[in-house]
Formats: sequence, structure tokens, C-alpha cells
Amino acid sequence: MNTAEILLWVVLPYVSLAIFIGGHIWRYRYDKFGWTTRSSQLYERRLLRWASPLFHFGILFVLIGHVMGLGIPKSWTDAVGLTPEAYHALAVGVGAIAGIGTVVGMAVLIYRRRTVGPVFSATTNNDKLMYAVLAVTIVLGMSNTVLGVLGLEGEHVDYRETVSPWFRSIFYFNPQPELMTEAGLGFQLHALSALVLFAIWPFTRLVHVFSAPLGYFTRPYIVYRSRDRQLGNRPTARGWERVGGGRR
Amino acid sequence: MRVMAQMGMVMNLDKCIGCHTCSVTCKQAWTNRTGVEYVWFNNVETRPGQGYPRTYEDQEKWKGGWVVGRNGKLTLRTGSRLKRLLQIFSSPKLPSIQEYYEPWTYDYETLTNAPVQEHTPVAQPRSLLSNEPMKVEWSANWDDNLGGAPELTQQDPVLQKISAEIKEKFEQTYMFYLPRICEHCINPSCAASCPSGAIYKREEDGIVLVDQDRCRGWRQCVTGCPYKKVYFNHRTGKAEKCTFCFPRVEVGIPTVCSETCVGRLRYIGIILYDADRVLEAASTPDEQDLYMAQRSIILDPHDPEVIRAAEKAGISRDWIESAQRSPIYSLITRFEVALPLHPEYRTMPMVWYIPPLSPVVDALTETGHDGEDAGNIFGAIESLRIPVEYLAELFAAGDTNLVTGVLKKLGAMRAYMRDLNLGRPADESIAAAVGMTGQEIQDMHRLLAIAKYDERYVIPTAHAEQGPEMEEFDTGCSLDYDGGPGMGGWGPFGETSGGSTPIAVENFHMLAARQTTDTLSAPPDKNQRVNLLNWDGKGAPEGLFPPKGDGGGVGPDSPSVTEPKP
Ligand code: HEM
Ligand code: SF4
Ligand code: SF4
Repeated sequence: MNTAEILLWVVLPYVSLAIFIGGHIWRYRYDKFGWTTRSSQLYERRLLRWASPLFHFGILFVLIGHVMGLGIPKSWTDAVGLTPEAYHALAVGVGAIAGIGTVVGMAVLIYRRRTVGPVFSATTNNDKLMYAVLAVTIVLGMSNTVLGVLGLEGEHVDYRETVSPWFRSIFYFNPQPELMTEAGLGFQLHALSALVLFAIWPFTRLVHVFSAPLGYFTRPYIVYRSRDRQLGNRPTARGWERVGGGRR
Repeated sequence: MRVMAQMGMVMNLDKCIGCHTCSVTCKQAWTNRTGVEYVWFNNVETRPGQGYPRTYEDQEKWKGGWVVGRNGKLTLRTGSRLKRLLQIFSSPKLPSIQEYYEPWTYDYETLTNAPVQEHTPVAQPRSLLSNEPMKVEWSANWDDNLGGAPELTQQDPVLQKISAEIKEKFEQTYMFYLPRICEHCINPSCAASCPSGAIYKREEDGIVLVDQDRCRGWRQCVTGCPYKKVYFNHRTGKAEKCTFCFPRVEVGIPTVCSETCVGRLRYIGIILYDADRVLEAASTPDEQDLYMAQRSIILDPHDPEVIRAAEKAGISRDWIESAQRSPIYSLITRFEVALPLHPEYRTMPMVWYIPPLSPVVDALTETGHDGEDAGNIFGAIESLRIPVEYLAELFAAGDTNLVTGVLKKLGAMRAYMRDLNLGRPADESIAAAVGMTGQEIQDMHRLLAIAKYDERYVIPTAHAEQGPEMEEFDTGCSLDYDGGPGMGGWGPFGETSGGSTPIAVENFHMLAARQTTDTLSAPPDKNQRVNLLNWDGKGAPEGLFPPKGDGGGVGPDSPSVTEPKP
């Protein structure tokens, strides 16, 4: 194990994780006003109408797939009697559908960003960088799966014995970079670009993922708020706080 | 009984001359910024006409407001919460910018630097969204004064509802103006459809606002509002709506649209209502009963029991007194001449309208009859089905009796007061014919025709003991709030990032920023672009003339890629 490997598979993940968490906290505290999907539907509706749901449902399933693939140890699935073959078939089957949806949806979204005048004008450098890193990550991930299915990736790598334990080891604070060195170039590149993606995540429009409005199911329809509480975008001057009243 | 106070407005349509002063002053105060170029918190529509955005009243198409389901329960027309969240990635019923209109500016540069030529050079329209040359084909007010009739007016969703034979003759017969702002509904469907809970109703005065820090740009509220009075700021990615000029009403002065209204036709006041019965009233099965249902939750501010309950609910004495003197309470409940706009949307709107009688009178006069004779007017109202049916679709869910009743009262007022003004004895039978007394008619006349400023606006102020917290009239320097422009500018993601800003400061600063940015609203050749709306009349507006001794500049033929901030 050399320095480069430690840097790539120990230092970088922690730096990326720290930026990811710290960045979100910072952005939430500092920039609530900038925290939005910045929807472009007003400009263009026809392409977005199907591309956006296709991409989003795709990526959400991909996300679930990652949580299962990276988060659940092989020993657990073995223990419940799921054979590696069955697991593989399931993962590749669902993964392929979700993956294709994601890639096609994203391709159309990017095409739309470039070709529809008003959408292009509203695309910031920040968006371009985000899309570049996101697209690279998704395409690399997808190509791993495709190559794996076609058996073209050289000697076979089981990511559940390399990438996954490495990923979990990060969270046990007992990093095992040597696992990643065995994982093969495809997985390495995918993981690296994902780490970069996580590092820029809090500073892009992707923050909208963390405001997925699940609270909508439980709150009453109409929200009432008192003028007193929301009066401020300005904090109450010292000495003028309301008696017994904590402000928002 | 849970008493709440609600700020509301009544507009007397007879007096609206369609001058659009309200729209322009509102725009100048609130939406003269990038991202909301296409937004008019106040707009004035010619009826019949498609309205703004186009055909917004067609709820089969746009799915705004509430419906009562087969089980008798009130739900949003767009369906269940789950259904809306599943459709969040691309909202199926969101009007596109074309339904409003694509905002544009003109290439004024050609006017100043075109070579000598036979024909006068023209300034080409350019889209403010894409910066490309565009053909102007629609605007917020394209069919003003029946422009484009009859083709365009035939698509008026209200007109579609009334009978064919009437449709044909409509625009030859009748036309009036309908100024619209957000209704500040008692049962706002915009708030109900916001997944983040960012839209809220203020407990004190019922004003409906969007919390800019909590809005996440899901754009569901735009679909939810049947009046299409929430707008999406495409630059900041947040919803914005009419604020009832809350910084003004908090200190007791009327909204900008009311204050500047040339016809002085707007009335502002508060009403007290029973919050516990809102849901029940909004769920009334028959649409035509909704008007009475909404009336029934409005409480009598003179009733001692109501006063006691209001005091218990923490409503202060001066607010109760304002409710007692409220002009909108008088117009709605005492004189019963104000009607809600589209009660069938079930949002319990709180901007009400006195339907216009003038066209009936005009039609009468044209036929050689005395248009102010009580008998003639009553007869005309009965026989002129056209305006009555149309007005009933707007203000009474199709109940023509309701509209006829109101128009008769207005007619009776004219006839009764004419006798008095001509020194003739009052004819009490005119008043009795519409179920009023002479005194009531005179009071109504005072409120509607004399319309004194302090009778039109009875606005209780927010409380003095809250003073130090109320930023808008704080004694400190308005720029040096924490992190404000006085303290070093916007956030790192540009104009739309960082904390939100006190309203007054924001508008001031946005205006300044807009005049100096490098972005679409002020493209690189901004030296050649002028916004005369912002010009204060002193000196030459910046950019009207090209800079001295510099023939170059970015012309319309050298398209330059620009990017909005951030
Ligand atoms: C979990 C729930 C999520 C919700 C509710 C959500 C919702 C939205 C919405 C409403 C838009 C705006 C679409 C428009 O009108 O223009 C959007 C855009 C976008 N979302 Fe999501 N999103 C979610 C998760 C994700 C995830 C996991 C990713 C990727 C990692 C993602 C990536 C994007 C991108 C790239 C855009 C920009 C599309 C474009 O305009 O080019 N979203 N999202
Ligand atoms: S009219 Fe105003 S308060 Fe009513 S639903 Fe629309 S935006 Fe909300
Ligand atoms: S300012 Fe008054 S009269 Fe003029 S259009 Fe507006 S509401 Fe009508």
C-alpha cells in the first residue's frame, strides 16, 4: 500500500464526507434562500414532462440499489438464503431498468439544457460543473454494470467483496484501502468521481434532494404562523426580546 | 367559536376605468426585478376575455382550488397528497411561460447607431429569457378593451359556460374591467398544496405569504391556486405572490394598488370570522350555496358574544373597533352588494367585488330610455340576460338571482339619490323595493359615491409594543442589518443566495443591482438599454445615449452569450 492509495481511499473519502456534511450544514444556515430545485419547467415543458420523472425515478431506484449493495454485507443476504446468483440476477435486472432510465432521462435533460434557449441562458457554471461530475459518475457506474453483464471487464471482480466492505469500513472508522486496490479500474474510477460529486454536492442545486418534502404527509393543509415569530429576517435587538418568547 | 381577524378588500367595478395604474404601481413596488418580469401581482383584465394567465379560470384544464369528493370531503382538485408528490418531478398542470407571456425588451441600440437610411430604424423586440429576437404575440393584457374580439374572447372560460346565442352577441353588448390581486383566501389552496409548508396564513390578519427561506421551488402552489396568483420566480427558483403590501398595512396605510387607484374604487378593512367553521363552510355541497356559507362564518363585530370571544382569542380592542367600522363588512353584510370572485373554487376568497351596473344603464340610455329611472332599471336588469348571466358565472357560481339582487340595489341607489339631488321628495318605495330603508341607501351612497379616504380604508395598525421588532419602520439604518448590503453584499452564490432581506431594502437594492448587472435583464450592451420605468425624470436616464467617443459596443448582430447570476 503506497501513499497514493492512502490518499485516494482513506484521505479523500473522509475529506469528501466532511465537506458533504459540513457543506450542507453551512449552506442550510447561510443560504436557505438559495436552497431550491430552481425548476426550469416554466421555460420548457415538453421534454421535461417525461425526462425529469424518468431520471428521478431511475436515480432513486439506483440510490436504493446502492444502499443495498454497499450497505448490506454479503453474509447477511447469504444468511437469509439468497444465493449469489439470485442476488446478482435481481440486482442486475432492477439495476439495468433503473440505470437505463437514469441515463436516458439525464441525456435528455442535458440535451434540453443545451438546446432550449431560455433553459440554456438560465444554466449557471455551477450547473454545468454539477452535470459534468454527475454524468461522469453515472456513466462510469452504468458501464461497470454493462461490462460486468457482458463479461468484458477482464478478471471478474465481485464488488460485494471489495468495494462494499471498503465503503462500510469508512463508516466504522477502520478504513481498509487495500480492498479498493483490488477492485479494478472501472469501480475505482466510479468511486472516485462519486467522491468528487459528494464534495461539490452541498454547493450545487443537488441540495434539493435533502428537502424531499416527506413532512407533507403529516402536516395540516393550512399553515398558520404568527407575525411575531416570523417578523424577522432581522434578529431582535438585544434587550428587546419578548418576555418568555424564544424566536425562531 | 375561534375568532380570527382577516384583512380583505372590496372593489367597486362600476368605477374601474381600466387605466392599469394599479398594475403599474404594484409592479414598480414589487415585481420590477429579474425573474419576475412576467409577473403582475395586480392585473386588470377586460371581461369578456381570457384573463392572465390565459384561460386560468378553466379548472378542468388547470386543476386549481378545492373540490368536494363523493364522500363529502374537501380535497384539492389535483388529487391526494401522494399523487401530487409522485408528480413532483415535473408538474403536469403548471402553466408555461407562454400562458403568461414571454417577457421582452427592445434593442434600443439600433435606434442610436443605425447608419443613415431611408426608413426609420426600429428597435427589435428581444426575449428577456433567451436574449434572442422574438415576435411579440401575447402579453399580460393582449385582449385589453376586447382587442382581438371575437376570436380571442370566445375562449373566455366564463363565456364558454353560458348559452351559445348569448355568446355571439356578447362583445357587442357588454364589457367591463376586472382588477385582480391575490384573494388572501380564508381556505387557501396554494398553502395546502405546498409540500414544504412554506406558504402560510398570518394569524393576526390572514395575509397569505410565502416564506422565501422555506420555499424549495416545488411549484405546486402555482397549480393549486385557482386564481393563478402565485408566480414562480424563474431566477431565484422560488414562489412569489401578492403580499397585501403588508409592510404598509401594518402601519395603517392602504396597499399600493388601492392608494394609487384612479377610480378610488378599492375598500380595505378587516372582518372577524369563525375559524372553526371554515372547513364545514368550504365543504358545502351545492356550489351556489357557497356564497351564503362564506357569509355565515363572517361574525358580527357588534355582537357582545363575538366581542368577548375575540378578546379571549387575543384580538385587541382597536382591532375589534376597526372590524365594527370596516367598510368591507358593511358592503358584504350590511348592504349585501359585494360578492366573492368564483366562490365555487372553495378557497373562501377575501377580495370581493361589487358587480358593475353601468353597462346596463348605458344600454338603457342608448335605447332612448331614462337610464336612472327605477322602473326602467329594474326592468332592464330582468331582461338584459347577457350581463347578468356572465356576472353570475364570475361572482355567484351561476346564481343569477344573487347578481340581479345586487344590481337592483345599485339601480335603486341611483334612482333614489337622483330624487334627493334634484330636490325632489325621497321615494321610499324605491328603497323598499330592494328591501332597504332610505337611510341605508344614503349610507351606502356615502360609502360608494362619496367614498371618503378614511371610510374606504379602515386599517388597524400592528401593535406599537411590537415596534422594535418591526423592521420596516425601524429606527436603525435600513442597510446595516446583519450581512446586508451595507455590511458587504450578497452571498457567494450571487444575488439569489444568502439570507433574505428586509423588503424595503430588497427592492431598493434589487433595482440598483438590476441596473448594473451583467446579466440578461441588463445584457453586456446594457449601456444601450434603458428602463424608463425606473427613471425618476431627472437628467438623462443612464444609458439612453451611447457613451461618448466610442462607436463600438456589442450590437444585436454579434450575439453574446450571457449568463444570469448565480
Ligand atoms: C428525493 C427526491 C427528489 C425530489 C423530490 C426532486 C425534485 C426535483 C425537482 C422538482 C426538480 C425540478 C425539475 C424542473 O421543474 O425543472 C429537480 C431537478 C433536478 N434534480 Fe431532483 N429531486 C429529487 C432527487 C434527486 C436526486 C437523487 C438527484 C441526483 C442525484 C436529482 C437531480 C436533479 C437534477 C440534476 C435536476 C435538474 C434537472 C434539470 O432541470 O436539468 N434529484 N428535482
Ligand atoms: S388567491 Fe391567493 S391565497 Fe387564494 S389560493 Fe391563490 S395565492 Fe393562495
Ligand atoms: S387603478 Fe383603479 S381604475 Fe385604474 S385600472 Fe386599477 S382598479 Fe381600475
